[in-house]
Amino acid sequence: MTQIELRGIEKFFGAVQVIHNLSLAIADNEFIVLLGQSGCGKTTTLRAIAGLETIDQGDILIDGKAVQHLKAADRDIAMVFQSFSLYPHMTVFENIAFPLRATRMSGGEVDKAVREVARVLRITDLLDKKPSALSGGDMQRVAIGRALVRRPKAMLMDEPIGALDAKLREEMRAEIKRLHIKQGSTTIYVTHDQIEAMSLADRIVIMHEGFIQQVGSPDEVYSHPANLFVAQFVGSPVMNVAEAKVADQAGAASVTVGGAPAGFEFPRALLSKLNGHAADGLTLGIRPEGVLVRQDAAPGYMPVEAQIIEPLGSFDIVDLRVGSKMLRARTKAGYVSGPGEKVYARIDPEQAHFFDTASGKSLGVRL
Amino acid sequence: MAHIELKNVTKKFGGHTALAGLNLEIADGEFFVLLGETGAGKTTTLRLIAGLDKPTEGQVFIDGVDVAGWGAAERDVALVLQQYSLYPRYTVRENLEFPLKPKIRRLPDTEIKDRVARAARTLRIEHLLDRKTDRRSGGEMQRVSIGRAIVRKPRVFLMDEPLSALDAKLREALRTELKNIQMNLGQTFLFVTHDQIEAMSMGDKVGVLNHGRIVQTGTPHEIYNNPRDTYVASFVGSPPMNLVDGKLINDRAVMAPMNFELPLAGGAKAYWGLKTGGATDGRPLVFGIRPEDVYLESGAPVEAQVHDVENHGVEKIVTLRVGDTMLRATVPARTAVEIEQPVRFAWNPEKVMMFDKGSGVSLRHAG
Repeated sequence: MTQIELRGIEKFFGAVQVIHNLSLAIADNEFIVLLGQSGCGKTTTLRAIAGLETIDQGDILIDGKAVQHLKAADRDIAMVFQSFSLYPHMTVFENIAFPLRATRMSGGEVDKAVREVARVLRITDLLDKKPSALSGGDMQRVAIGRALVRRPKAMLMDEPIGALDAKLREEMRAEIKRLHIKQGSTTIYVTHDQIEAMSLADRIVIMHEGFIQQVGSPDEVYSHPANLFVAQFVGSPVMNVAEAKVADQAGAASVTVGGAPAGFEFPRALLSKLNGHAADGLTLGIRPEGVLVRQDAAPGYMPVEAQIIEPLGSFDIVDLRVGSKMLRARTKAGYVSGPGEKVYARIDPEQAHFFDTASGKSLGVRL
Repeated sequence: MAHIELKNVTKKFGGHTALAGLNLEIADGEFFVLLGETGAGKTTTLRLIAGLDKPTEGQVFIDGVDVAGWGAAERDVALVLQQYSLYPRYTVRENLEFPLKPKIRRLPDTEIKDRVARAARTLRIEHLLDRKTDRRSGGEMQRVSIGRAIVRKPRVFLMDEPLSALDAKLREALRTELKNIQMNLGQTFLFVTHDQIEAMSMGDKVGVLNHGRIVQTGTPHEIYNNPRDTYVASFVGSPPMNLVDGKLINDRAVMAPMNFELPLAGGAKAYWGLKTGGATDGRPLVFGIRPEDVYLESGAPVEAQVHDVENHGVEKIVTLRVGDTMLRATVPARTAVEIEQPVRFAWNPEKVMMFDKGSGVSLRHAG
């Protein structure tokens, strides 16, 4: 049972504020991922929870108790870093056992605890080896084992698989997730990789320039991004965004982008949901899978010209010229045959997002 | 404008053979991508064409002329590298003008002005022309490097991983831009990369290079849908093609060692049997199936455990476990799957590929 709560955290490095009024409640057993680019404050936040970094303002509560004044060792939290930091002269067994040596555990108990962790991580046959004989993935397994063996209140992980090659990263990611399900410890995990975040997290915390941008389940942040930053940070290929004009046209709403001669047809309800925001300063966001493409004319579809076609194997990304803007659409492989082809496109209103251009905030329109 | 051909080119560095009897033909105006892992011989190939290295054996032709006696300058090719070599203290304009102002045979000023203006427009860096180069972002610097190649009007553009140092979002944007530039210029591009997504999305033709040999050359569609062997099958496509050992028994694919069975399309089997005479009962094979051709359905023939779920927002990639065999399936985002949940799966029998277990060569390509 470990709940972690951050209340109004502020952190300065000299005159530079790196964390701004950050508040976050993490439930027992939850897997939280802090996601953002380098310099967004995610690692500083993690280190503050671990006690490796002081904070200038606010409270850090573990199971309701303020711990910001406690030393790292007294917080009962385990941390796994990107660099493995194993003791090179010790065997795998001794590396994993190390955190237990300072406790009053008997030799037999230590042996049992290490072997149990090794079994879970599938490194039993490596216990007598030195770290130098291990692959990158196995070294990181040992580092995770060393963190787990103490049965800490919480696991904090800072890009633990960022240094591994792609295939191993995928394997380790699956293992970390499976381990979490089995062991069920509260976990906070830092990464800049949105696929990792989407695949691991119960909830993702997206950070930018020291501010939390959005907290939500992977589906929430993907389907309902709170602002333009989140919209374009999560998802690949990147969400299309374009300044848009909305007009009332013969009983429907019409959304024009790139100064195109005609607009995309939307349900009339859009006008009332935008609530006066239609006039100016509006940005449309639409993911490539929300740009629907057909080869023949149909009601609501606009004639457009294909520019570049990127075949990605199981699907294509097709750039469509709409006025002065380019909208990228995801189609079946080979659906649009080549550049210059005339096709028909519409925007799926259910997948459309509307943002205030100036603030970048989502207007929360759901159609 | 240039047609490039390499005939039987071998390149040795001491005892190490970098290229072994390489044959390659690049048509005039083609965007050709050489795809391979580190050490496959990509950069060596590029340097031989550029005239920076000489082949140990074999010939390099530019527009049908053997260029063995030509120096790098006479070959008139432009190289763009991952590390942009720009003059940091110069303005962007001065960097672009530089290749046009050699000590001898300097171009007239009006011509220089014209070429720089046109290159800047193509690359959308007109607003940066009078700025200092060292203040530019990575993407802008790489645009300027490409600009320095464009102003020279070379016969051919050779690009060595020019996008690899950029972040994912920028890489995505520059991919389409570069393809667009090539289409507008109508010039021959040879682009080298280890990233199969770049190869698939940009190339008119892709050459897959492994251990100094071209394994397969074809359009992205051909490479993806009809890979020559298991190397190409598993290198191109993300997630990669599932490859499972098995045998053909009574027109069904029987997988070893788990002995699960799946049907094959009658037509496909007949076709392969006809062409190779080899898809006979009991012959050890590797069955290949792309993740998008594996379906989860209740009532499907094989039961599996969900081992991992990778969430891409638009879709999920589910890793299925049958005994020790792992198979990936791409499923729609709305599919609800939990780790360790039992599911049933089938494959699209029309899309199954068969490879010889020993050689790894596709039965469609053999014989």
